[in-house]
Amino acid sequence: MEWLITGIILTSFVVLGSSRLASSIRMVALQGGLLSILPVLSRPSFFDLHGLTLFIISFFIKTVAIPVFLFRSLKQAKIQKEVEPIVSLHLSLVGGGAILVMAFASLRAFPLPTAPFPPLIIPAALTTVLIGFFLLVSRTKAITQVIGFLILENGVFLFGMTIISDFPLTVEMGVLLDLLVGVFVMGIIIYHINKTFDHIDTQALSKLRDVE
Amino acid sequence: MEFDPVLWGLHLFLLLVAPPFFLGVIAKTKGWFVGRNGPPLLQLYYDLFKLFRKGAVYSKTTSSIFRMAPAAIFILLIFAGLFLPIGGAALLYFRGDIILFAYLLGFTRFLLILAAMDTGSSFEGMGASREVTFGALSELAFFLLLVVLVVTTGALSLNGIFQWESLHSTFKPVFLLLFFSFFLILLTENSRIPIDDPATHLELTMIHEVMILDTSGPDLGFILYGASIKLFLFMTFAVSLLWPQTGGWSWFSLGFFLLKILGVAVAIGVVESSNARLRLIKIPQLLIANFVVTIFALLVAIFGRAL
Repeated sequence: MEWLITGIILTSFVVLGSSRLASSIRMVALQGGLLSILPVLSRPSFFDLHGLTLFIISFFIKTVAIPVFLFRSLKQAKIQKEVEPIVSLHLSLVGGGAILVMAFASLRAFPLPTAPFPPLIIPAALTTVLIGFFLLVSRTKAITQVIGFLILENGVFLFGMTIISDFPLTVEMGVLLDLLVGVFVMGIIIYHINKTFDHIDTQALSKLRDVE
Repeated sequence: MEFDPVLWGLHLFLLLVAPPFFLGVIAKTKGWFVGRNGPPLLQLYYDLFKLFRKGAVYSKTTSSIFRMAPAAIFILLIFAGLFLPIGGAALLYFRGDIILFAYLLGFTRFLLILAAMDTGSSFEGMGASREVTFGALSELAFFLLLVVLVVTTGALSLNGIFQWESLHSTFKPVFLLLFFSFFLILLTENSRIPIDDPATHLELTMIHEVMILDTSGPDLGFILYGASIKLFLFMTFAVSLLWPQTGGWSWFSLGFFLLKILGVAVAIGVVESSNARLRLIKIPQLLIANFVVTIFALLVAIFGRAL
């Protein structure tokens, strides 16, 4: 399980440092996949209906449905330019390192029991959430903000796993469905922004202008 | 640290004779990837033999530093090699020799840069400046990596770190992180492809090669020989990170060790063939990412101990 958690942290760093939209989407998909495997391993037996259903659904949504949809809206919006960060990629990586140090240092403030998981999971969740926030504020494209949002959500998912290991199945499925719908709505919004303004730079959205 | 002639002989033999062969392996792998035969495996030996028979030409603007540097670099690298366990235990060790090891490598870089600046050529000055820029970042990561090793193993010498006398379960995430980070450091320090292309001779893009434009004859031989030894040291380090030698030496472990090095050499060849050289502006980003990964490894290591 430590391997998976390490992988989750590393994938969010790859997203932080990569300059290509396609590779960041793939990395988010990979992260979702790793994340969906994690709860299966925490259960006593592998063939546990609850765990297995959850694994299949979350794997489908996080690594198949959402990335496919993001790639589609990438194609629809005909995005030529790649990631355009406000903070340069070098600095975002350094910032990510600072977040990592902070997350590990604040470990004492979260003395949570992490019973089936290794204790590494708390700083990992914190790092993922904070990197998601960082991506949200430091990228200008709407689609990169969706990616930041997804990473943030993954972090929250990781946190949730440590606190309550046994959500009722319906609640978890509801959350996943919400996420899927959210991404759908964002994709549609991206498409419309692109159609109206010829770009999806959210910085330009703070100005008002007449639409002919 | 008693004197064991067999161990000394073996260690020095490996250190002095084996390295050029592995550069041949890398060249062969790259050749195979592009569908050619590639140069003979022993090409570097022939080159060295040829170079050492020649005379050197010195520019009038150079001073004694330029003449001294190649041989000094070579000797310093050999000296650094004595501290690294190759095959069996290291020949020399004491508490804290990791710092000496890192600084010996840093010193060779310093001498190379000085020699390059000494020629007064603007191209070589440019190469030196690049080497310093990237070296500063990769050395930072290398030092941090040594810190992680010290934290995880509790030993303060390379011998203690890589001989795993007491503990060790190699297959932990920390070591894999360290291995990847170190592999990148290896590529940077030895000017391999994603960072620098050893085969390029276009002045605007090369880093390491541009610094030795003015060296010739035996001096060039020393530099090339030294570069192969440095690569060998780094490959040994990388192999020991992932899969350390245990205990003393035997013919079996020796063969095994050489096979592992061969594997790393082939891996370097594959990486070089399947990647394009990065733009210069992208390199610091890669090295910073590497640094962050090492920080991550350090945090995991410290965290793992605290529990």
